[in-house]
Amino acid sequence: MTVRVQTADFDVSDELAALRACNSKVGAVACFVGTVRDLNEGSNVAAMELEHYPGMTEKALEAIVDEARKRWPGSDVLIVHRVGKLYPMDQIVLAATTAAHRHEAFAACEFVMDYLKTQAPFWKKETTEAGERWVDARVSDDEALARWGLDANNAR
Amino acid sequence: MKIELRYFASVRETLGLSQETVDLPEGIVTVGDLRAWLRERGGGWADALAEGRALRMACNHAMTDATVRLTDGCEVAFFPPVTGG
Repeated sequence: MTVRVQTADFDVSDELAALRACNSKVGAVACFVGTVRDLNEGSNVAAMELEHYPGMTEKALEAIVDEARKRWPGSDVLIVHRVGKLYPMDQIVLAATTAAHRHEAFAACEFVMDYLKTQAPFWKKETTEAGERWVDARVSDDEALARWGLDANNAR
Repeated sequence: MKIELRYFASVRETLGLSQETVDLPEGIVTVGDLRAWLRERGGGWADALAEGRALRMACNHAMTDATVRLTDGCEVAFFPPVTGG
């Protein structure tokens, strides 16, 4: 399965091994792992709650995988995103891509994350010493997607 | 025409509601019409769905803008800008 939304943690090595299994055309595997920081916008973060839109989120992630495979033919893509309660240093998201050569694998991986940040329905709520707060979307994430010729229309 | 509504994250909290089924009156044709009609409930509705507020909308699990036409039984969602990853 190329996209998964789950509360459970994931093992990066196992996921990468499964992604490139039985495919001798793969010469490069790139991956990004997003993790929970203990500091955001000047506040200590004790915990984070991730909410999603069951049904739509999976569909949005599948659309991202399809678009990446169209742009980098022959690439395989895996996205695993966690939801629920997470704590500093926990893994949040894995984006992994394969290609014949490294440039394509790196580019596809960066594309997947830039797309996901502004188009996949997930929302983060942080617990800080001042209480709970929803994380604001960043204009810089919209700009990151614009580099790929796509309008994000997310943070405004 | 009956449609399903879903609310997420800060919008859900402001409204105190995660989902509902509504029977639309005549004249509510697009997602934008729906947003304006729901604002008429006042209070948190006027605030969370205000024009100019950063708000994203989906129709049948696809991101949408205000011009998309509603269809019987469709599912429309209102939520803040996304912050995953």
